[in-house]
Amino acid sequence: MNLTQSFKMAIKSISASKMRTFLTMLGIIIGVCAVIVLVSVVQGSTGSITESIESLGANSINVIFTGRNSTKSVSYEEMVEFLDENREYISYVVPNMTGNGRVKYQSSNLNSSVVGTTPDYLTVKNRDIQSGRFINDMDVQKRRKVAVIGSYNARELFGFEDPIDKQIKINNELYTVVGVLDAISNSEGGSDDDTVIIPYSAGRLIFRTSKIRSYVVWASTAENVEEAVDRVERFLYSKFGDEDEYSVISVASMMDTLDEITGMMTILTAGIAGISLVVGGIGIMNIMLVSVTERTREIGIRKAIGAKRSSIMSQFLIEAALVSCLGGVIGILLSCFGTVILGNVMGIDAFPSIFVMLGAFLFSAVIGIFFGWAPASKASKLNPIDALHAD
Amino acid sequence: MKDVISNSEYMIEIEDMYKIYKMGENEVRALNGVNLKIKPHEFVAIIGPSGSGKSTLMNMIGCLDTPTSGKYYIDGNEASQLKDDEQAAIRNKKIGFIFQQYNLLPKLNVEENVELPLIYAGVPLAKRREMTKTALERVGLYDRRFHRPTELSGGQQQRASIARALAARPPMILADEPTGALDSKTGSEVLNMLKELHQEGKTVILITHDNKIAHEADRIVRIMDGEIVFDSSVDGDKSQVNV
Ligand SMILES: Nc1ncnc2c1ncn2[C@@H]1O[C@H](COP(=O)(O)OP(=O)(O)OP(=O)(O)O)[C@@H](O)[C@H]1O
Ligand SMILES: [Mg+2]
Repeated sequence: MNLTQSFKMAIKSISASKMRTFLTMLGIIIGVCAVIVLVSVVQGSTGSITESIESLGANSINVIFTGRNSTKSVSYEEMVEFLDENREYISYVVPNMTGNGRVKYQSSNLNSSVVGTTPDYLTVKNRDIQSGRFINDMDVQKRRKVAVIGSYNARELFGFEDPIDKQIKINNELYTVVGVLDAISNSEGGSDDDTVIIPYSAGRLIFRTSKIRSYVVWASTAENVEEAVDRVERFLYSKFGDEDEYSVISVASMMDTLDEITGMMTILTAGIAGISLVVGGIGIMNIMLVSVTERTREIGIRKAIGAKRSSIMSQFLIEAALVSCLGGVIGILLSCFGTVILGNVMGIDAFPSIFVMLGAFLFSAVIGIFFGWAPASKASKLNPIDALHAD
Repeated sequence: MKDVISNSEYMIEIEDMYKIYKMGENEVRALNGVNLKIKPHEFVAIIGPSGSGKSTLMNMIGCLDTPTSGKYYIDGNEASQLKDDEQAAIRNKKIGFIFQQYNLLPKLNVEENVELPLIYAGVPLAKRREMTKTALERVGLYDRRFHRPTELSGGQQQRASIARALAARPPMILADEPTGALDSKTGSEVLNMLKELHQEGKTVILITHDNKIAHEADRIVRIMDGEIVFDSSVDGDKSQVNV
C-alpha cells in the first residue's frame, strides 16, 4: 500500500468525525497561534526600538557626564581640541544640552523640549531646514538668542503665519526665530518635530547651567566607531581619572544590548508558547489512543483482509500528523489576524514572520508524528483475532 | 517478502493442533488435537454444536490466530514460521473471509469496502476499479456501490462482504456461518454463490451448524469439544450426517 492511499484513508477518517478532529486540533491551533503572535509582537516592538536607535545614526557616540556630586565637565573648547587631534576617527563633536521650556508667541504657548547645541547638530542628527536657516557659528560665539523651531511648534504657535524673524519667549526670555526644521515624524506633540534648538551658549537660564552635560561625538565612519569610542574614553579618563564620572555609549553597543535582550525575550516567549504546543501534542496522543481503542474492530477487519503492520501504522501516523498540520495551518491563519490586531492595540508594527510561521508549522508536524507514534504503533501491533472480537 | 509458493498437494495441512485458553484454574480446550488436510478446489463444510471450536479452527486456517501447539501448513508453508507481514499477505492474496457479522467498515461505502483488499495488495487504481466493479456486479450490488453498509439490508451487506472476499481473486474462501444472520431465502442465495465459486475452482470452507446447508458441500467435517469426530473423506459417506 502506498502513501497516497494512507493519506486518503487518513483524510477519510478525519473528515468522518469533524468535531472530534477540531477538538483534537485545538491545542495545536492555540499553541501555533500563541508562538507566532508572541514572537511577532516581541520582534515588532524591538523593531520600533531599533528604528529609534538607528535614527540616532550608526556613527553616533553619546557622551554623558554622569558624576552626580561632581561639578566637573569638559568644555566645548576642550572637546574641539580633542576633535582636532583625532580628525582621522572623529568628524564632529556636538554639545547636546537638553531642557524644557515654556514657549510663547503672542497668545499661543506650549511646552517643548529645548536643545542647546552647535551648527553641526544638523548634520549629526541628519535633519534639514524647511525655511530660514539653522543656527550658525556666530550665533554660538556671540551667544545670540536665536531659535530654530520644529514643524509642530511652528504650526501650533504661528498657524499660517511665517515664523521667521518673529520673537518668541522661552521661559520669558526673548528669542528670535531664524528657521524651521523639516518635519521627520508625524508632527505630533512630543515627537522629534516638537523641539526648539538654540545655541548651547545662549541657554544658561533654560538649562540652568553653563556646563555641558552631554555631547554627541560623530565617528568618521561606521567602522571607526570602536576606535573613536576608545579614544573618547581615554581622553575622558585623562580628564576625570574616574570611569564613573562619564559614560560613552555608541549606537552599535546599544544595538548589541538590544539584540541580546530581544533574543532572550524571543526564546522566552517562544518557549512558553512552545509548551502549549507540546500540551497540544499530548492532547493529540490522548485522542489518538482513545481512537485506537475505539477503532480496534476496524483495525481487526483491516488486518483480516490483509493490512500489514506498516499499513496500519502509516494510516494512524499520517492521521495524527495531518490533524496536527491542519491545526498548524489554522493556527498560522489565526496568528496573522492576531498579530495585526495585537500590534494595533500596542501601537507597534508587528508582522508575523514567514520564518516563525514555517518553524511553527514544522514543529506542529513533528509533534503530530512524535505523539502519534505510540498510538499508531499500538494499533499496528494489535493481534487480528483479538481486534476482530472487540466491540 | 519472499514469495509463498505452493509445494504441497494439500492447500491446508493441520497437524495435532491445540488451542488452550487458560482461565485461572480452568482451561478451555477450544482445539484438542486437530488433524485436518484440505486439497485445493475442495468444498468442505465444518459442522458442530455451539462452542465446539469451529470458529477457532477457521481463525487458525485464516492465519488470524496462533495455536497453543501443533503445526499448520498453508500451501506447504508453515504458518508459525511466517513473519507478521507474510501472514498479512497470505490473508490478503490467498484467502477471502466471509464473516457471520459481515464486518464491513461502517464509515466506508460499499465500493470502498470492496476495494480495500485491493488497496492493501497494491493494485493500481484503474485495475482496482475494474476488479471492484467485477466483484460488485457479480453479487448484484454495483448500483448500490455508493451506499454505506448501514443503508443496506442484512443480505445485501453479506453480499457486499462476499464481493470484498472475491475482489482480490483469492484461491480460497473461508466463510464462518455466512447465512447465520439471514432468512432462509437470502441464506440460500448466499449458499448458491458459494457453490458457484467452488465450481469456478475455488477452495471453499464453510462453517455452519445447519446440517442441511452442510450437505451442499462435497465433504463434511464434524467437530465436537475441539476434536474432529467425523470426516466424510475418511469415515465414509457424508450421508451419515443427518439432515
Ligand atoms: N478468547 C477466548 N478466550 C477464552 N475462551 C475462548 C476464547 N475464544 C473462544 N473460546 C472458547 O473456545 C471454545 C470454542 O469457541 P468457538 O468460538 O470456536 O466455538 P464455535 O464452534 O465457533 O461456536 P459457535 O457455533 O457458537 O460460533 C468455546 O468454549 C469458547 O468459549
Ligand atoms: Mg463460531
